[in-house]
Amino acid sequence: MATTTAPPPKTNRIGLNLLDYKGGRTTLCAGCGHNVISERIIDAMYEMGVQPERVLKMSGIGCSSKTPAYFMSRAHSFNSVHGRMPSVTTGAVLANHNMLALGISGDGDTASIGIGQFIHLMRRNLPVIYVIEDNGVYGLTKGQFSATADAGSRLKTGVINDLPALDTCALAIQAGATFVARSFSGDKRQLTAMLKAAIAHRGTVMLDIISPCVTFNDHEGSTKSYQYVKEHDDPLQEINFVPHFENITVEYDPGTTVDVAMHDGSRLRLRKLHENYDPTDRLAAMHALLESHAKGEVLTGIFYIDTNKPNFIELLNLSDQPLATLPENIVRPSHKVLDEVMEELR
Amino acid sequence: MATSDIAVQNQGAAQASGTKKVVNDLSIQVATVNGSGSQSANSVLLRTIFKMGVPVSGKNLFPSNIAGLPTWYTIRASKDGYVARKKEIDFLIAMNPETAREDVLSLAPGAAVLYDEPLKLNELRSDLTFYAAPYDKLVAAVCPEAKLRKLVKNMIYVGVAAQLLGLDVQMAEQALRKQFKKKQKAADLNMAAVKAGYEYAAASLPKADPFYIQPSNQTQGKIIIDGNAAAALGCMFAGVTVVTWYPITPSSSLVEQLIDYLKQFRIGPDGKASFAVVQAEDELAAVGMVLGAGWAGARSMTSTSGPGISLMSEFAGFGYYAEIPGVIFDIQRVGPSTGLPTRTSQGDILSVATLSHGDTKQMMLFPSSVHECFTLAMDAFNLAEQFQTPVFVMSDLDLGMNNWMSEPFKYPEAPMNRGKVLSKQELDKLGSFARYKDVDGDGVGYRTLPGTEHPAAAYFTRGSGHNERAQYSERPDDYQNNLDRLNRKFETARSVAPKPVKEVDLAAEVGIIAFGSSHWAIVESLDQMRKECSLAADYLRLRAYPFHHEVREFITRHERVYVVEQNRDGQMLSLLKLDLPPAEVSKLRSVRHYNGLPIDGRSVSDEIISQEGK
Repeated sequence: MATTTAPPPKTNRIGLNLLDYKGGRTTLCAGCGHNVISERIIDAMYEMGVQPERVLKMSGIGCSSKTPAYFMSRAHSFNSVHGRMPSVTTGAVLANHNMLALGISGDGDTASIGIGQFIHLMRRNLPVIYVIEDNGVYGLTKGQFSATADAGSRLKTGVINDLPALDTCALAIQAGATFVARSFSGDKRQLTAMLKAAIAHRGTVMLDIISPCVTFNDHEGSTKSYQYVKEHDDPLQEINFVPHFENITVEYDPGTTVDVAMHDGSRLRLRKLHENYDPTDRLAAMHALLESHAKGEVLTGIFYIDTNKPNFIELLNLSDQPLATLPENIVRPSHKVLDEVMEELR
Repeated sequence: MATSDIAVQNQGAAQASGTKKVVNDLSIQVATVNGSGSQSANSVLLRTIFKMGVPVSGKNLFPSNIAGLPTWYTIRASKDGYVARKKEIDFLIAMNPETAREDVLSLAPGAAVLYDEPLKLNELRSDLTFYAAPYDKLVAAVCPEAKLRKLVKNMIYVGVAAQLLGLDVQMAEQALRKQFKKKQKAADLNMAAVKAGYEYAAASLPKADPFYIQPSNQTQGKIIIDGNAAAALGCMFAGVTVVTWYPITPSSSLVEQLIDYLKQFRIGPDGKASFAVVQAEDELAAVGMVLGAGWAGARSMTSTSGPGISLMSEFAGFGYYAEIPGVIFDIQRVGPSTGLPTRTSQGDILSVATLSHGDTKQMMLFPSSVHECFTLAMDAFNLAEQFQTPVFVMSDLDLGMNNWMSEPFKYPEAPMNRGKVLSKQELDKLGSFARYKDVDGDGVGYRTLPGTEHPAAAYFTRGSGHNERAQYSERPDDYQNNLDRLNRKFETARSVAPKPVKEVDLAAEVGIIAFGSSHWAIVESLDQMRKECSLAADYLRLRAYPFHHEVREFITRHERVYVVEQNRDGQMLSLLKLDLPPAEVSKLRSVRHYNGLPIDGRSVSDEIISQEGK
């Protein structure tokens, strides 16, 4: 006899359902690329089975930096000051390196006011997923160009950008980040796979995600519009991520696919769409970025990955237990130590 | 540059006759060139006097430069225990040909000068005692290696001065061997130079000045340390775990010393560190890291000086408004702008009190001694977590970089106060919490730390408008209630922060209010005023902002109150005015010292005596 009980709600590997990863209602414009990125973050975190309480949502100032309010309400969040998300995140991660830090920034927040902190965070290879929701304009102040706007791109008002764009991926590679990629908010498959791989990485992940601004930068003449990016998106690879907890063995052909072992046992399979592209070669990455830029293409994919370089926590040789929760008898030296120091000063 | 303020120099003239012996009451000034290695020699002189049991203090007056510019080091020995700067120089060791002439001309009659023979300084004046030493000849005899002679030469003057002043050469040797620790060869070489100078003086320089150092017992059990090292110790014993910094004079040595201590005493048995130190890319990042770490539950700190404070302004407001603990040391130097990076000041008081835009009030602590650099450092971490706010420790160059005597520091008996932090278990009981709700009526809400495994633990920290539940809000009542609660919190802090110290409280008509490194000048000035014109004054020493109620009471109880500080604009006085009713404000008088040199008792006395019409 057939039973009619409702199927149990779908849960992930830690027993949570998708609703446990939801945030507040977005206040961004309908159709904003940022909202789509928030959804992809929810998907990736859910699918990877990340405990929401183990996540730090960090941001600066701008439309993008508002988004941590719109996903994962069960995670602590820190909406800091303009361009300074990197330093606040550095402090938080040093205090508790057991947390998974997700930093959300924008092109204004990163490439202009925050460029210094951005570069120095990359240099330290701090374990963090640094996301730039990149639309080439300042949205909250109503549509001025940012430093990632391409030269020649046009504002709605007719103003032409005559300065070259900063390529945040090239800067990140040069500075020392160990996982550098670019995606498009409209590419669900690529972005989700990238985010899942990012969660498995133990070092600085820099994801520049082109995320069109429907209000100020989605018109003819903009190089950050949905239409332009769709027409010029040039994926470097097809990205497949096999998490450590999914026991799948897939045959792969080393001639067509690069296979990267991640820290947690997950595997990243990159099927080459560009001939002979090696994502562990920094020079090749820089070359590809410059070349695609010259052609007016939007190159997406994982440009560079290094799973061996020590991260900042390892460099600092931090205790396994987070600094924030070390007990008093560990962080306050003994009476004897003070006596010893005093004796030395007599 | 005249560093001895000749204009006010007439006190020393009485000793010109040279007949009366002056024992354990003199100031020695070594005029030299920075980068010449004189620091070790000066330290040996200082410590020898200290070991002889005579109260002593050392002040380094150095240029903002690496090598080749004039530097003066002043050592004051005082049987009365005065450790503030003394304006008059009694014994000049003139090693710098460039400043020698001006240094000698600025001395009061009766002073003694030890100089390098070829400088012929004795031709400049006839009312001083001159001693010439042939340094090059003496150093050549003990130091065969020519390139080391420049350094070793300094020890010759230690030896000559030791003989002339009556210093114990065995104690000098102890001090020197301590200075060179494990470098036996260097110690031997330098000691030979001391002896050469000592023997030369004994044989060739008959004593002709009145200044002597004689053994005493006033330094027994005491230590010598600079304020930055003392603060570093305080931070380590406060259990600091995240330290960030950007190098800046005069604060760098605080973190550098702290790194040394942490490496020595805070590495676990597994070889891993219970601390993280980050040299940040600038002060904005340094303080950003402090707030990130403080938010996540670490005891975090940074150390800086005026220009860094200016850069930290935006984050300081964030810390105040979003209510995040963190400790910021401001080792004040002379501003505005780059100012005089190697000179001392109390010039950041007003800007730190309201650091950042909007209605902001910051907590400040004012250590006046190396001992308080240690204890207030620990208090700062407790207060920051208790009140969930940045706490600024307002030290200065004089306190931070100079050597001071002190009683040994006491081990903190009280456990750390980590403030109102809800655990998972407490959340289980409560079910939920509102981050900015004033549950206890003291203005301080409860917080949770990231990583607390409870679905209701998380909250959203932001610098934008928020309600009690930490949700974004632009509602007028939410904003105003929040600001009023922050004020309530500040009011609570008044009675919890370190109380002012009634140093002298004898119901006098006149009161003095001072703080920080000015303290030592006040101690001396009180004696001067009493002796010279029977002017008795009470003295209240501030230790924290917000001001304790006792500050107002002190002002109420006095007819006239002199607020003494080391800045041009009477910044502390302005801050007091904000707190006081008009009747009390009218009692306040201002005594200000702001030439970059540490404040001295004489200047304070002269100013108060003049304003009192005595």
